[in-house]
Amino acid sequence: MSFLQYLINGISIGAVYAIIALGYTMVYGIAKMLNFAHGDVIMVGAYASYCVTSYLGLPAIVSILVAVAVCTLLGIVIEGLAYKPLRGTPSLAVLITAIGVSYFLQNAAQLIFGSAPKNFKSIVSMKALTLFGGGLTITGEVLVTIVVCVAIMVGLTLFTSRTRMGKAMRAVSEDRAAAQLMGINVNQTISVTFAIGSALAAVAGVLLCSTVPTLMPTTGAMPGIRAFTAAVFGGIGSIPGAMLGGILLGIIETFSKAYISTQFSDAIVFSVLIIILLVKPAGLLGKQIQEKV
Amino acid sequence: MKKLLKNKTVLANARIYLLVTLGFVVMFFMNNAGMLSSSWKGYLVPICVYISLAVSLNLLVGICGELSLGHAGFMGIGAFTGIVIAALLKGKVESDFLRLLIAMVGGGILSGILGFLIGIPVLRLRGDYLAIVTLAFGEIMKNIIGNLYAGTDNNGFHMAVTTTKMALGDGGKYIINGPMGATGVQKLATFPMGFLLVLFTLFVVLNLVNSKEGRAIKAVRDNRIAAESVGINVTAFRMKAFVVSAVLAGMAGALFGLNYSSITASKFNFNTSINILVFVVMGGMGNILGSVISATVLYVLPEAMRSLEDYRLILYAVVLILVMLFTWSPKVKEKVAIVSDKFSRMFKKKEVETNG
Repeated sequence: MSFLQYLINGISIGAVYAIIALGYTMVYGIAKMLNFAHGDVIMVGAYASYCVTSYLGLPAIVSILVAVAVCTLLGIVIEGLAYKPLRGTPSLAVLITAIGVSYFLQNAAQLIFGSAPKNFKSIVSMKALTLFGGGLTITGEVLVTIVVCVAIMVGLTLFTSRTRMGKAMRAVSEDRAAAQLMGINVNQTISVTFAIGSALAAVAGVLLCSTVPTLMPTTGAMPGIRAFTAAVFGGIGSIPGAMLGGILLGIIETFSKAYISTQFSDAIVFSVLIIILLVKPAGLLGKQIQEKV
Repeated sequence: MKKLLKNKTVLANARIYLLVTLGFVVMFFMNNAGMLSSSWKGYLVPICVYISLAVSLNLLVGICGELSLGHAGFMGIGAFTGIVIAALLKGKVESDFLRLLIAMVGGGILSGILGFLIGIPVLRLRGDYLAIVTLAFGEIMKNIIGNLYAGTDNNGFHMAVTTTKMALGDGGKYIINGPMGATGVQKLATFPMGFLLVLFTLFVVLNLVNSKEGRAIKAVRDNRIAAESVGINVTAFRMKAFVVSAVLAGMAGALFGLNYSSITASKFNFNTSINILVFVVMGGMGNILGSVISATVLYVLPEAMRSLEDYRLILYAVVLILVMLFTWSPKVKEKVAIVSDKFSRMFKKKEVETNG
């Protein structure tokens, strides 16, 4: 029974990674840049939610909406100020700018909220489910995380396959120049991608801090790296890949903590990543692009 | 001799050596004359370490064109190897200088061996996938070093990677104590040794860049398929650059580790790798002198801004973003050109007026 328990917990952590990884993968697919500031947008979202519930005393659902709104705006502003002027320049220049943005967000948060961890109150007020006479407990957070993750996955798939904007996104990620020739507003499409990615980051931030209730300026950094790994794991640029990569990473992490060793879980997770990439160099669901001369 | 002086590369390289030597001589005499505050004295060795790290990473990122996010991992291997070697040789090798040298060489060799072993799988990948694997490798190294125990007792030297504390026999003394890191390290690092390390790094990298190998590596960077088709063994040359870079990072790490009385594995995390990468990109990719200057300036900058307390890192971030925008963005560059044009016209008008 403990196996099932670990599996469910793993899926829950993995679902959070998956939501963050979606942001990485969408931005990478369309703007071809590694947005290292993505992890810190998660942290901003969590702080926004924390402020609304703790200082204003408003209900949890409002705090989520505020967090999503704040992060969406933040995503658009970051893209417009820092990334847009650098479009078409070497990818490393954009990477360093993203690192600068990441430092900026972390230190701004530290300046405003201090470096002491805040105790984040869970937004889920549901009681834990107990199954099999206490053999299996599923907390409300786990359930909500998994449900939200599935909902986002379905929503995004519908969005990218059915709507005009979604189709434009796929077109831009396939071939930017050709998309532009077909009359797609590339700049607007990229901005919308950043907005969606950041909104997802806000949701991930709230869910993450509901499960692990300490909130610090560096809260987003490690989940950010993990989720980035998950995105590569599943094949960067691929939306189902990010989902699969995130959930697999969560399961591997939980199992290695439970059955092998807590201290070496990092090493195990990253070793698995290396092995997967050696067998499938473009990730699990990534497309292998044939190079032509 | 005349021919040599006319050679552009020789001149450019001579300029780099000259600048570094000049910097060293000035700082050395200022230090001896007691003109440096204690905090500035503390910066000297780390500056040398970071210059070496930036130059060695530049070989990988700038010359070879491979983004590596795990340079701190090699630095960590070098640091902890160096600390163990220095502790074991205590009392056996009298001269501190020689002991430090052996520790650094040892750190470099082990780092190089690991670089080779990791290079076999890593160099099969390209681009961002290579970057993520180097990141993963850096995290694995940090994780393993964080659970490494090394120590001596009456039975000799013991080492283990375990989750439970390794037990030592009678007369036991830990050199590396798991998550606590290395404590009670004898500070062997000196500024002149740092200078020698920088010179050695420059010598190796500059000679490699300007050799047949260097040209092959650059050819691989610019067009892998074309390079392959003219008979360049791509994997072998990438491997060479990777291993050389790892060896140099390991040596720098050993010097870094022996500069502090205690150090933990968490120092060699992703942030440190990123910082070194920032040095390289800000200095200009492939530009060795740029790496030397930017490593120095960007290391000192946040330290020198300490009086600004909480605002310093936020300022550092803003500087980073602005520099990237001003050097790369076509729009910002255009605007800068317009403004500077206006200024120069204003001054010209004034000149005309004064002349008239």
